[in-house]
Amino acid sequence: MSRPIYDEMCAADGTLRPHYQGFSDWLKRTPNEQIAQKREEAERAFHRIGITFAVYGEDAGTERLIPFDLVPRIIPAGEWRILERGLKQRVQALNLFLHDIYHEQNILRSGTIPAEQVLSNTQYRREMQGMDVPGGIYAHIAGVDIVRADEGAYYVLEDNLRVPSGVSYMLENRRMMMRLFPELFATQAIKPVEHYPDLLLENLRGVAPAGEEEPEVAVLTPGAYNSAYFEHAFLAQQMGVELVEGQDLFVQNETLYMRTTRGPRRVHVLYRRVDDDFLDPRAFRSDSMLGVPGLFAAYRAGRVTLANAIGTGVADDKSIYPFVPEMIRFYLTEEPILNNVPTWQLRREEDLRYCLDHLAELVVKEVHGAGGYGMLVGPAASNAERESFRGRIVAQPDKYIAQPTLALSTCPTFTATGLAPRHIDLRPYVLSGKTVNLVPGGLTRVALRQGSLVVNSSQGGGTKDTWVMAH
Amino acid sequence: MLCRTANDLYWMARHIERAENTARLLDVTYRMSLLPYEAIAPGLAWAEPWAVPLITSGLATSFYERFGELSAEAVLRFMILDASNPSSIYCCLRFARESARSVRGAITSEMYEDLNSAWLEMRGYDYDRIQATGVSEFLEWVKMRSHLFRGVTFGTMLRDEAYHFNRLGTHIERADNTARILDVKYHTLLPSADDVGGAVDYYQWSALLRSVSGFESYRKIYSDVITPRRVAELLILRRDMPRSLHSCMSFIHQTLEVLCDDSSREIERSSGELFARLHYGKTDDIIKFGLHEYLMEFLDRISVLGGEINRYFLVPTY
Repeated sequence: MSRPIYDEMCAADGTLRPHYQGFSDWLKRTPNEQIAQKREEAERAFHRIGITFAVYGEDAGTERLIPFDLVPRIIPAGEWRILERGLKQRVQALNLFLHDIYHEQNILRSGTIPAEQVLSNTQYRREMQGMDVPGGIYAHIAGVDIVRADEGAYYVLEDNLRVPSGVSYMLENRRMMMRLFPELFATQAIKPVEHYPDLLLENLRGVAPAGEEEPEVAVLTPGAYNSAYFEHAFLAQQMGVELVEGQDLFVQNETLYMRTTRGPRRVHVLYRRVDDDFLDPRAFRSDSMLGVPGLFAAYRAGRVTLANAIGTGVADDKSIYPFVPEMIRFYLTEEPILNNVPTWQLRREEDLRYCLDHLAELVVKEVHGAGGYGMLVGPAASNAERESFRGRIVAQPDKYIAQPTLALSTCPTFTATGLAPRHIDLRPYVLSGKTVNLVPGGLTRVALRQGSLVVNSSQGGGTKDTWVMAH
Repeated sequence: MLCRTANDLYWMARHIERAENTARLLDVTYRMSLLPYEAIAPGLAWAEPWAVPLITSGLATSFYERFGELSAEAVLRFMILDASNPSSIYCCLRFARESARSVRGAITSEMYEDLNSAWLEMRGYDYDRIQATGVSEFLEWVKMRSHLFRGVTFGTMLRDEAYHFNRLGTHIERADNTARILDVKYHTLLPSADDVGGAVDYYQWSALLRSVSGFESYRKIYSDVITPRRVAELLILRRDMPRSLHSCMSFIHQTLEVLCDDSSREIERSSGELFARLHYGKTDDIIKFGLHEYLMEFLDRISVLGGEINRYFLVPTY
């Protein structure tokens, strides 16, 4: 861990990076007390607005704030241009891949990706084979996790193509910063993100079943006790569409309706924030109380569009991740713009051997894991933790992948003892419909514990506003 | 609008209104209990003023099951803080806030923030803190929170369906409450309608009027001693008295006229009928019919109306 760590604000020799000049000047001339006062104000406001998330495993209904840090993560215009192109390219390829594996399977027949790795993946949904979805789009909303390491190179860490969350924090963080420090925005050219809900709505309407002039969009939530409920409600409100639960919907003649005070009303596009397994007790898990009986039949009949589509999980699975650069070459005949993190697939014997020999240097992740659970950060783990993890890997090597421990970039962050560097990542949200779009920026998550590399909110992560500079 | 949303809006409003009514009831009870004992005729039910809020809210049975014995502290704990009493102020604010949370999209952010901060503050209260703050101070706070919420609703909310279901909940709860308060006074507390004019009676009537913010209005309108007949008129038939049954039904009927379409005309018709009885009713006829009987019938009818609203708008079975 003695490698130099890239800091977003200052170069290794301590000089300020130019895109942080404006912020740094402001920080210098703003008294500490005033900043402390604004921090408290932010916390109170977040509580009052109710931007909370439920924490699993604690008392039912426990709500916590995700800590918000006032120092923004700033991305210079030139870097963003590359990120934007790279993200669009990547998500385009992933959508083409999804279409392909549920239709002709050219990429499997060409041998680019081993067929059994896709077809026997638990996230591969046979029910989707041969079914056409509007525009061939599967991942309408993608949250791509990006980190920066080494001398500042960007890497894609993960493609979240199921029900990625966090975009409400991106929007609320910006609103909070503008409310607390309007002067920062008045004196610098920071690209706006507030139009995300408009883009999202337009995107969702654009994938409605053909022939619908005025498609009705609704957001499907598992309910008020879901950890991301705030976000579901927030997005529905911002888009001006209904927030529905399974009990509000029913299917008749392969058509989806919601129960309204004026009788049944048809729904054309369902932005669902419920996992595949729970969507329809008739087609998937029969014990699901969250879904709508008959929804899958309506979907197959092309009477309703689901965003994201069913069966996208196979493309963001960690066992498929290593093949994304190949997908880009295969479908787009372009070179990938964004780097993948080198990945050892422990299902391969030589990768497994290497990993077991270098466990103290690597990060090992469960193939289907999410939320920062079920992973081993080699350098940070104790001997005992490593040995217990070693046992799990040896027992089921195909459940794991390994990656080098990246020295994630840091950004100055307010801590109990003043400003200190903390590791960060970035999740931009890529919207695919008639076109591919994203707002400049995304959600920056920060690991608040000193030295920690885990940014997940469930494990002590916080968030920051993310600025993309206009010039 | 989604039926579930309408249902949440309706109950959000009902729970806030209920919290306020409970606070009012406890407040006058508390004041009564501070009077020297001689001022209260021994032997009357009123000698135990703390039983009144329990009887009025129909919670006496569940109270005695839990506490066994009547005391100021037990009633205050039960009616304010008890998480197992769904009508306690604590539960009302919790339910209202939960409803608001699940319909955030249908209300303004000011409304949600207002309810949320009321709930966060409520969670900070226990019995000791209420005693330290002062019981009246605390109850005043509850009333003010309700006023504030109504003001925020009135001042920020689009006059759409969401607004109407919200108003519907408020007025159905309020009508129910006014009818109950009046009935308890007549039926349970007063031995005979002739037993009026004494000092005890004065305090009872003024307490009842105060619990519905009617004391000052009574003075303004009648400039005379308080008589049961006039109180009944004020709280049942006066159209300028905001907590009278007439005012509540007027709101309810107007709202249903907006909400009902051809398939739900029957609901509008029954609310219209109930409203007409109040609008064209006469105090003398009510007294002749028997106030208790009149109020019981009203409570039955409004509960039937509530059931119809429920079946058609809030929890449909198709």
